[in-house]
Amino acid sequence: MTELSYIEAIKTAMYEEMERDEDVFIIGEDVGAKGGVFRATEGLYDTFGSDRVIDAPLAESGIVGVGIGAAMYGMRPIAEIQFADFILPAVNQIVSEAAKIRYRSNNDWNCPITIRAPYGGGVNGALYHSQSLEAMFSNQPGLKVVIPSTPYDAKGLLKAAIRDNDPVLYFEHKRAYRLLKETLPEEDYVVPIGKADVKRTGEDITIITYGLCVHHSLQAAESLAEENIDVHVLDLRTVYPLDQEAIIEAANKTGKVLLVTEDNKEGSVIGEVAAIIAEHCLFELDAPVKRLAAPDAPSMPYAHVLEKEFLITKEKIEHEARQLAHF
Amino acid sequence: MAKEKILMPKLGESVTEGTITSWLVKEGDHVQKYDPLAEVMTDKVNAEIPASFTGTISEITAQEGEVIAVHELIGYIETEENDDEVVETVENNEQQLEKNSEVDVADSTDHSMKNRYSPAVLKLASEHNIDLTTISGSGLGGRITRKDIRTLIEQPDKQNKAISSENQAASSAMKQPKVKNGHIEIPVTGVRKAIAANVTKSKQEIPHAWMTVEADVTGLVTYRNNIKDTFREREGYSLTYFAFFIHAVAKALREFPEINSTWQHDKIIHHQDIHISIAVANENELFVPVIKHVDDKSVQGIAKEITQLAYKARNNQLLPEDMEGGTFTVNNTGTFGSIASMGIINHPQAAILQVESIVKRPVIINDMFAARDIVNLSLSLDHRILDGLICGRFLARIKELVESIDETASLV
Repeated sequence: MTELSYIEAIKTAMYEEMERDEDVFIIGEDVGAKGGVFRATEGLYDTFGSDRVIDAPLAESGIVGVGIGAAMYGMRPIAEIQFADFILPAVNQIVSEAAKIRYRSNNDWNCPITIRAPYGGGVNGALYHSQSLEAMFSNQPGLKVVIPSTPYDAKGLLKAAIRDNDPVLYFEHKRAYRLLKETLPEEDYVVPIGKADVKRTGEDITIITYGLCVHHSLQAAESLAEENIDVHVLDLRTVYPLDQEAIIEAANKTGKVLLVTEDNKEGSVIGEVAAIIAEHCLFELDAPVKRLAAPDAPSMPYAHVLEKEFLITKEKIEHEARQLAHF
Repeated sequence: MAKEKILMPKLGESVTEGTITSWLVKEGDHVQKYDPLAEVMTDKVNAEIPASFTGTISEITAQEGEVIAVHELIGYIETEENDDEVVETVENNEQQLEKNSEVDVADSTDHSMKNRYSPAVLKLASEHNIDLTTISGSGLGGRITRKDIRTLIEQPDKQNKAISSENQAASSAMKQPKVKNGHIEIPVTGVRKAIAANVTKSKQEIPHAWMTVEADVTGLVTYRNNIKDTFREREGYSLTYFAFFIHAVAKALREFPEINSTWQHDKIIHHQDIHISIAVANENELFVPVIKHVDDKSVQGIAKEITQLAYKARNNQLLPEDMEGGTFTVNNTGTFGSIASMGIINHPQAAILQVESIVKRPVIINDMFAARDIVNLSLSLDHRILDGLICGRFLARIKELVESIDETASLV
């Protein structure tokens, strides 16, 4: 048992998978000798060499494209996009190629690529280093989108992604990298893709969220417990395709649902969660489904005060949850 | 101090639930053992719930108008014994109370959401037959939350005081007729509800048929007028015409067992005993106590029993046993001046006889007019069991019996 940070959990997952399976390799900007801008691949270059930890040019379409080609030939690439904000040049590769190849080839080909991309704000990253882009990829059948909220899930989900025979987009919250620490089991484990996880059970209101917002929600739940408000927290973990069963169960549990995302509100993943609840839970609902999300403004501001205003915080969740509980 | 539960007592053999018509005590009141705590009404009887302990009423959990199953909790009483464990519970309750009242204070002025029900609340309320108007909510603006309903369903005894006391207010307000745009709404509760259910069942299930005969009771009137004052002086109660009719009916029933019966779908039961239900009304309520083994009784004995039952009915002292076991009903509609009526059979009996008003009428006897005392006897019959022929004979027999009484009779 060792205590690992979120980013160490990611690194360990890659290390263990590369040791386990020779077909696993990493490709990305500065992932080699430098060990990645966030140090996610630190030491891997020394251990596995330049053939398996490949520094790529600043061309995301190329990074993903090379990965897709290798994956179709049986390799298990981990393509790192330095910041999720930079993934946009690779959208065509991800959406039109990786996600569709199995369907397009009538099952002759598949594409077991994992694309890692640090997302989210709270690091004074402003426009190009703070975005949440999961919604953009969350209506592409053939693609899976996972976002771990804890070191345990980060490790288990990354392993599951690498072992998955189809493309998985793996968003990791950069603010979580060194914020979250957890003691992880030594033995090998995976966290199943497509399964949400109850992070806290409660009777009064349900929070459904994912990523770093899970951490904020759990903290808010702790404070609210002192006010006798018992919060149930469901971590989606996989935002596409959604775990409908778990969402329905969690919503039915309390009848009062708060959905939280760091993404802009309109068109976000939680809108889809709200739709599932609306379709299946009408007669269990005791309050309108509430969404807490970033404003529909074009980007995360740089100024610290404004960034904080833009971000989801423990206090904001607490406020919304309290209102819902008293409703 | 020990905290004891106050439970809904079993108020009769077949009684499974009762309605709290009114609480005679409030929280904080000190009561002696056997003091009446609340009035309760079942479909058979009105009664009082006595205290099982001497102590202080600490909590009332059942509201007025609420239907409570037998042996269900209706409140708590603090007795004067020591019991640490219970003290703890009490303290917990107090803490809970404080917390609840904090929340309530915030919203106490705002009841704008009181009647806005969420789908979850409506679903639960309909599944568990909960009348939402009798509950007050802990939510924003007095909204009833899903949790309020669940608490009510799962732990009716742990319902907090804030809610139950508000409920009391709500239910007492409910008792007042509500005036809306000139019309008056009277909530249907208690005996009225029971009467409604019974007559509806009877009328819907039993194919009623009707028949009326006219009896000349001039002799009976003369006889009774002769003796009524001395009888009253001697016995202390009135000798009513009704007793004579019941006496005659019992005799006739012995001769026509078909009438003294019950329909049971695949069979008809002829009852051995003749127990006659009589209808006794006060201003708002109708009770149907039973005179047992009427065929064994004299007119005087019947008169005495009528007097006793009527007294009990007026004073809400009727016991469940007083109301059980009737096999036939005689209804004294003449009291109201009625000369013709169609009674609804007292389910599951086979027939009901309406004894109408005795009126002086000109009739022709031996081609001459005579002033005679005439009474209509109207029978409603269950046509599944009975036909016109047998009922005609039955009525004719009663007619014969009551017409045979004259001043020479010695019935009392």
